[in-house]
Amino acid sequence: MSDVKTTELIVFLALFLLVTVLGFLASRWRRPESMEHLDEWGLGGRKFGPWITWFLLGGDLYTAYTFVAVPALIYGAGAAGFFAVPYTIVVYPMVFLVAPRLWSVSHRHGYVTPADFVRGRHGSSALALVIALTGILATMPYIALQLVGIEAVIKALGIDGSWPLWIAFAVLALYTYQSGLRAPALIAFVKDTLIYVVVIVAVIYIPTKLGGWGDIFAAANEKFESTPPPPEGPADGLILAPAAQLGYSTLALGSAMALFLYPHSLTSVLAARSRDTIKRNMAALPAYSFVLGLLALLGYMAIAAGVEPATNPLSGKPDNNTVVPLLFDQMFPDWFAGVAFAAIAIGALVPAAIMSIAAANLFTRNVFKEYIRKDASPALEAKVSKIASLVVKFGALLVIIAIDPQFSIDLQLIGGVVILQTLPALVLGLYTRWFHRWALIAGWAVGMVLGLSMLYNIANPLVGKEHFAGSQWALNRWGVDTDVTMYVGLIAVAANLLVALVGTAVLRAAKVPVGVDVTHETDYHVEAGDPGVEQMTADEGEAVGTGRSRG
Amino acid sequence: MAGTTADRPDHSGPPRSADHPDGREPDAVRGAAHRRFNASPWNLLLLVPLVGVLIPSFYNKLDPTLGDMPFFYWYQLMWIPISVVLTIVVYKATRGER
Repeated sequence: MSDVKTTELIVFLALFLLVTVLGFLASRWRRPESMEHLDEWGLGGRKFGPWITWFLLGGDLYTAYTFVAVPALIYGAGAAGFFAVPYTIVVYPMVFLVAPRLWSVSHRHGYVTPADFVRGRHGSSALALVIALTGILATMPYIALQLVGIEAVIKALGIDGSWPLWIAFAVLALYTYQSGLRAPALIAFVKDTLIYVVVIVAVIYIPTKLGGWGDIFAAANEKFESTPPPPEGPADGLILAPAAQLGYSTLALGSAMALFLYPHSLTSVLAARSRDTIKRNMAALPAYSFVLGLLALLGYMAIAAGVEPATNPLSGKPDNNTVVPLLFDQMFPDWFAGVAFAAIAIGALVPAAIMSIAAANLFTRNVFKEYIRKDASPALEAKVSKIASLVVKFGALLVIIAIDPQFSIDLQLIGGVVILQTLPALVLGLYTRWFHRWALIAGWAVGMVLGLSMLYNIANPLVGKEHFAGSQWALNRWGVDTDVTMYVGLIAVAANLLVALVGTAVLRAAKVPVGVDVTHETDYHVEAGDPGVEQMTADEGEAVGTGRSRG
Repeated sequence: MAGTTADRPDHSGPPRSADHPDGREPDAVRGAAHRRFNASPWNLLLLVPLVGVLIPSFYNKLDPTLGDMPFFYWYQLMWIPISVVLTIVVYKATRGER
């Protein structure tokens, strides 16, 4: 054990203990008659109001990894890392239009997962399985990344070894098992409050110690000027290189389109009490984006403060993800550094819990109930989901401990491209029933193969990586005479969409059966309290949906 | 910003256990079909932030600075409050429409 920082550790442990107690108490919060139902364990009773939803979605979307990785990107590359700001600006107006439709149809029919909706809409359990497995695949590395965030903090506290990670995750697994979505919803209040306090203090206090914003940007500029220009050096700078502009905006747009396709985002959306709750939140959630934008600039503060990234023991290379914890350690008094570290660690627990619940729900509803036990009772579904959430978390932990953390970062890069391939079936499916189920599966397959092969073939000699070295595709590799790059995910989803369009036209012309749509246009507009919404449980929903005559 | 979520009480529906006679449901649901759905021109306002931040050639420059912050940074941060205002306008204008 290297020199342990006692004050920081005590503050950290006190806050960690607080959220642990909250996590277990959460099972009594708005206590239902029985937790033995996925609507209760997996969606917190489906009745979170605007405030709880705001904290829950904020705690869910703005993960600890975001708070560590975005400043790390800025530290390393400058302006290109600021894409997180346009990304989180464009996401909410888009979701404002789409998410209420998903909420309505899901509450009308008792859907718990996005794949439930796909099954009902497109009449295809094969397509639903594809959507469910894609969601699980994209979520697993995301959970692992949250552990990377906790690990970084534990290291910064001066503690070696993986046992603290085991304890942290055992505690998380237990209270998630007991309290379900109520646990992260309650802990999110603590997490978000701590993050706001830490970031606001950081962006006011640290610049005064570093001589102001002018000096901070000047120091960053000096660092970027000192590196050789591409291709010998990195494409860094206080503003974007002209050829990097399309890559910047397509990454922002593609990431925004991907964000609410992730199962954990949709879990928080479906847990809301009403459509109105979701719409209001789309106006209120950018408060977090502002915090993220300020936080991104911590990367420049780290440059100005002379922070050097710590070496990753597994890869032997400097790891930029360590600069934020190191900056806090260097600039803050010990007790406040402890608060900051706790904010990052708790910021990892909330999304990790929601992600594991979302992945577990997908497994239960779209694999277990669909293929293993068709007659599973709500109580059995809840039981299976609870156990699946343990398996998911344990798997993520093994990945982190056994494999280079870089691997989970690569996987998360892949995850964004992968989850985007569910967009045609899910988002377009909310608006139109024109697409054919088999064409959607074909489009998904093409998007997956194209996206993954492009990512595989992206190399970066500067960091010594031959594969998966980023998500920007140089268009000159297709013979276009240009330096311009584009986000892989957007290219892959465009191919996906093209195949789905052409395939649907062909299959419809050939009169291949399109499958039964159990939803009705009016289902996409119902609000809480409308007939057939409020009192419905999962099984009744299916029964009413299938029993109704088609319009 | 947080205040926008709390400035009016949430309307809560009937309790979950409320007993709806299934027989009247199809009529009530079909009646809703006569409303105009999701087609309000106010929604076009939601496109404005996309145009504002997704064309980097608008703002990919250092000057003018604001409080020592280069244009690239404060311009994009400025779009956060703008998008909030636009979303609230659309929310208020389309309230009640579905």
